[in-house]
Amino acid sequence: MELSLATRTVGEHTVLEVGGEVDVYTAPRLRERLLELIDGGARHVVVDLGRVDFLDSTGLGVLVGALKRLRSASGSFALVCDKEPLLKIFRITALDQVFPLHPTVDAAISADSAGAGA
Amino acid sequence: MATVKLSFSPAPVHVRTARLVGVAVARRAGVREDLLDEVRLAIGEACTRAVALHRQYGLADPVLVEMSDGGSYAVRVVDRAPIEAGIGLTALPPDELANESLTDEALTTGVGFALLAGFVEDLQVRPVDEGIGTEVRMVWPVGR
Repeated sequence: MELSLATRTVGEHTVLEVGGEVDVYTAPRLRERLLELIDGGARHVVVDLGRVDFLDSTGLGVLVGALKRLRSASGSFALVCDKEPLLKIFRITALDQVFPLHPTVDAAISADSAGAGA
Repeated sequence: MATVKLSFSPAPVHVRTARLVGVAVARRAGVREDLLDEVRLAIGEACTRAVALHRQYGLADPVLVEMSDGGSYAVRVVDRAPIEAGIGLTALPPDELANESLTDEALTTGVGFALLAGFVEDLQVRPVDEGIGTEVRMVWPVGR
């Protein structure tokens, strides 16, 4: 399935909903969109992987790139994922220790807002 | 033993085709349904790695994917890049993954190898028997 990208704003958070396959062919489009958002001033970004049915190392690399960029801009970056096959990918690569992972967008925003306010 | 061979120009757009064919042949060979996601990911990672190496070295040669089902499901992904480039795969420790100094390419390579090693119990990366290049050989059990 083709990559789909949709953005919405929830308070101070920018939520990027990703669907379809994120691989070596489509990941550059995801990278471009994340860069557009960050360059456009988004500082608290939540990427919702709820409708992603394939994610490879190239896609993971793009997500790590966005995390690093937002960290250096004093922003925050979180992922929403509740599918076991995708969660297994994060565990195997140890990226579950790098990304804040949440089961829902609400949970990601609550956790991030609590962290920012602390 | 049945064999299916796929040879594709080293372009990212064709990696998806290789995944689709690889999973279709795996299903036909009798690989368990619950392993097919891992087969799809592993073939994709091996092909992504081969495409990246061909592009890095400016090689127009096709990447070869050979699938066979003689008692188990074996997939070979063959690149034609210099061997010293292909064998030096290392997995990255967790504390280095988000390190600022790590390049995107190094991160993707390390993560790709971690996925291959994590999802394929029977995995070999070795020089091809003839000529220049490396083959990634992956084997999965068939039947119940």
